Amino acid sequence: MQKNVLEYLEGAVGSKAQKPAYVDNQTSLSFQDVYQRSRSIGTFLSKKHYKEPIVVFMGKSPRTITAFYGVLYSGNYYVPIDGEMPYHRIELIFKNLNPRAVICHGEQIKTLRDFSYDGEIYIYEDIINSEINEEKLDEIRERQIDTDPIYIVFTSGSTGMPKGVVASHKSVIDYVDNLSDILAFSEDTVFGNQTPLYVDASLKELYPTLKFAATTYLIPKELFMFPLQLVEYLNEHKINTICWVVSALTMISSLGAFDKEIPKYIHTVAFGSEVFPIKQFRLWKEALPNARFVNLYGPTEATGMSCYYEVNRSFELDEAIPIGRPFNNTDVMLLNGDNQLVTDGEEGEICIRGTSLTLGYYNDLERTRDSFVQNPLNPHYPETIYRTGDIGKYNEYGELVFVSRKDNQIKHMGHRIELGEIEMAANMAPNVNYAVCLFDENKKRIILIYTGEATTAEMAEFLKGKLPRFMVPNRIRKIDSMPFTTNGKVNRNLLKEEYTRR
Amino acid sequence: MDIILELLEDLHPEVDFEQCNTLIDDKILDSFDIVSLVTDLSEEFDISIAAEELTPENFNSAKAIYEMVERLVD
Repeated sequence: MQKNVLEYLEGAVGSKAQKPAYVDNQTSLSFQDVYQRSRSIGTFLSKKHYKEPIVVFMGKSPRTITAFYGVLYSGNYYVPIDGEMPYHRIELIFKNLNPRAVICHGEQIKTLRDFSYDGEIYIYEDIINSEINEEKLDEIRERQIDTDPIYIVFTSGSTGMPKGVVASHKSVIDYVDNLSDILAFSEDTVFGNQTPLYVDASLKELYPTLKFAATTYLIPKELFMFPLQLVEYLNEHKINTICWVVSALTMISSLGAFDKEIPKYIHTVAFGSEVFPIKQFRLWKEALPNARFVNLYGPTEATGMSCYYEVNRSFELDEAIPIGRPFNNTDVMLLNGDNQLVTDGEEGEICIRGTSLTLGYYNDLERTRDSFVQNPLNPHYPETIYRTGDIGKYNEYGELVFVSRKDNQIKHMGHRIELGEIEMAANMAPNVNYAVCLFDENKKRIILIYTGEATTAEMAEFLKGKLPRFMVPNRIRKIDSMPFTTNGKVNRNLLKEEYTRR
Repeated sequence: MDIILELLEDLHPEVDFEQCNTLIDDKILDSFDIVSLVTDLSEEFDISIAAEELTPENFNSAKAIYEMVERLVD
């Protein structure tokens, strides 16, 4: 039985050592390269006797992936941090982790010193040629178990403090194996990766690439602004499988790229994180009539994706594509307000059971206990389920459909965002009295409304320093006074009406 | 030109769009901004912006956007 994700890599290097594994515009690493570098890094780190999260503070590159695997070879677990993240967020993450070791490039040292990080800094280039100690690596592997952590990824938290989700080898193996079955990955799969390496979405390419000795191209982020160039890139590299967020797909279709060029090698399109507008979906379907289109749904807390729906009928413009049914070895329960299973099309909270559940939030037992809870239907022995906070129901075909959120969490450009975290940041800005954040569902815009002396330019500048780019509001409005309801709360409904109408 | 500056300032009030000519090179605009801009420009000027117009060169400055719009209006 497989107990460690590195077994995927060892299989690939045994069969296809020289085949390119991960490629971007600067670097192409074969499975042999990945294997060698990871084991060098692993040996190097093993001398330091860590048993904890190790931060990988590098950009999007094949090299970064070898640093992840290097950390795993050393028996530790990785935390991807990207220079794209603003200073303040990295600082909060470091506060949560209190890490003792960071792998980075030379240019990140200054940032690390700026927030008085005083642990070890290892420069990637300096450690990738360390002499490999086979015996040591074997010994580490022997002692590991499949519930050991593999990584921590951070997701938006409503209190302003990001939550670090800790996944295990076992949860990732369960997810990767079942996802691969559904999407029928193989040795011939050529992935075009869109998502950043610091989110769990990139697991869809990272580990299946190893499992099948496939190839992943890390697509440069800039191309997602220029649809024709993006399609040309897909064709140039004969990319046949894309697992992208919906906004990346609709960027291509809505801006008319298909009039000029079709990504003709693509046979599998998996999408998720957001609702795919049917008008845009139809454009994709027309462009690629023979491709498979699969909707995926799942929270970071259940490792990656938990449900899937292969589109096999046509949808009206006002319909939503279902999220379908659970992956193999995953169970979904819809629980109503009384913690009972729903009946007859009733709505309920989507709750997940299965090996793919992650271990919880790092250094945060309280928030872990709020959402990783005892199965209320089982009073007999300890059994954890994850409460997603998403509301769903079954449609007439018995397919699961996403309905709404229980709280102020939104999905924007594929990212999961707590509006509360944006408000928290905006209220910290100098010369701001009160800030409220809304989401315009129709135009997919985050709108910030505030009172105070600060100009909108100052507010925008401030928020850019505090929040990741995808969380910075798309519209910032300054008003003279906040409308309040009779019981003294900000009248969000009124603001929403006013600022989201056309 | 004023309409274009207004649209841009609405997206990023902190940027001096009259001066900046590295909107793409310096990652000031992102893919969300490009999609919004294309929608807004198409509506404001009643033009259709084909995919081949979407290049870094055409979006690097307010002036470049203006010139593209001028061309498409004709």
